[in-house]
Amino acid sequence: MAQQKDVTISVLKFNPRDKESHPKFVEYTLQETPGMTLFIALNKIRQEMDPDLAFDFVCRAGICGSCGMVVNGKPTLACRTLVANYPDRKLQLIPMPAFELIKDLSVNTGKWMDSMSNRVESWIVDNEKEIDITKIEEKMEPKVAEDIFELDRCVECGICVASCGTALMRPNFVGAVGLNRVARFQMDPRDKRTDEDFYDLVGDDDGIFGCMSLLACEDHCPKNLPLQNKIAYMRRKLVSVK
Amino acid sequence: MSELTEGYLGITSSGRKSKVPAKLDYVQSITGGFLALFMWGHMLLVSSILVSNDFMYSVTKTLEGNFIINGGSPLLVSTFAFIIFSIFIVHAAMGLRKMPANFKQYQVLRAHAKSLRHDDTNLWLIQAFTGFVMLFLGSVHLYIMMTNSSDIGPYSSADRVWSEWMWPLYILLLLAVEFHGTIGLYRLSVKWGWFDGKNPRSTRIRLKRLKWILTVFFLSLGIASLAAYIKIGIEHADKVGEKYIPTSLTKGIL
Repeated sequence: MAQQKDVTISVLKFNPRDKESHPKFVEYTLQETPGMTLFIALNKIRQEMDPDLAFDFVCRAGICGSCGMVVNGKPTLACRTLVANYPDRKLQLIPMPAFELIKDLSVNTGKWMDSMSNRVESWIVDNEKEIDITKIEEKMEPKVAEDIFELDRCVECGICVASCGTALMRPNFVGAVGLNRVARFQMDPRDKRTDEDFYDLVGDDDGIFGCMSLLACEDHCPKNLPLQNKIAYMRRKLVSVK
Repeated sequence: MSELTEGYLGITSSGRKSKVPAKLDYVQSITGGFLALFMWGHMLLVSSILVSNDFMYSVTKTLEGNFIINGGSPLLVSTFAFIIFSIFIVHAAMGLRKMPANFKQYQVLRAHAKSLRHDDTNLWLIQAFTGFVMLFLGSVHLYIMMTNSSDIGPYSSADRVWSEWMWPLYILLLLAVEFHGTIGLYRLSVKWGWFDGKNPRSTRIRLKRLKWILTVFFLSLGIASLAAYIKIGIEHADKVGEKYIPTSLTKGIL
């Protein structure tokens, strides 16, 4: 059996609600186990070394989007990050920027996402029709449904926002997650909003025209969403609104 | 009325969001794209000195319109320089909207770029920095071209580069222009998704490779051309102000 390696994890610990607390890196060393993810490593640290360590997780499978954090500079999901991907087994963890810091690695992405959802009115709008939930939904072309589902795979982990220089510089920027959401509803035939309606939501420098095409969203999205392509699509659509 | 409501409320008097941000974004792209492509042409014209002094002279005279005006008129070049300067200023104004506006924004962007080590984010920082540099260097060059357009030619340009101490400015301007322009064209392509095709990700990789090829090509051409002007300028330093006479004319005189 191959010799187990030591893993060194350095975590930025800080509790903004505690006046005595100051940001500091705390280092933990533990033994690597086969297939060890960062999520497993963090749980081991919390169970065996530091019960005070705060971080978020729910599903452990890259579905809930709760465990986003910055690992050696790159925002990523802890549950999908293998310790073995780091040859020197040294990992520096900091909380995702752009979001309200709760404590240590725990940030309030929910608050940010909720605000974004309300801002882009992230629901199907059809003022003409009363929806009867007792009836079967209208049929949709499979290709359209697939295209919508492709964008609906977003788990709101916040990694696109934490990767985005524009969002960090300008906290009101709607982010790739918001623009992806607008593209999703713009493609949905059940949504009767016009391009001008969507323009009213994101047609400014805090929205689509604030995006500087840094494309860190595209390059770091753990779900590989086609963000570059969809943001460009929305830009072309909205710039032509008269 | 509309300006007032848009200014205070961000919506037009009809209750719709202002369309100005869309126009500003579009104008930034159009002016940037035009200037980047213009610089390719400009570089090819400037590099005519690498062929021969006579060839550079004939290019200059052609641009002065000697095919319709006897002897050519530098006024045409001044007019063109004025148009380019105007587009340059509009583009700068549009581009400034994206720059960090205060120390806090600069601080967060710098920390982020250092931490993230992301290629396109770093390319943007280069673009922002070179854009800022060009605000000053580009303005100096364009103003001189606008007001002294008769001093373009194998000797006049070389004298300006060497004897009039423009070479340090031109070296920096060359670096700034070539990086800013090619990065800008790459960004324009991905920003508007013009060449996305069926696989935008592989297209982006190819676009970036092309971007670097173009950067190296135009930078090499620019450095070679500038070196040629410096060489001519050094050789011509004791006769500053003397205009170039093409070989065909000197042969006629002899």
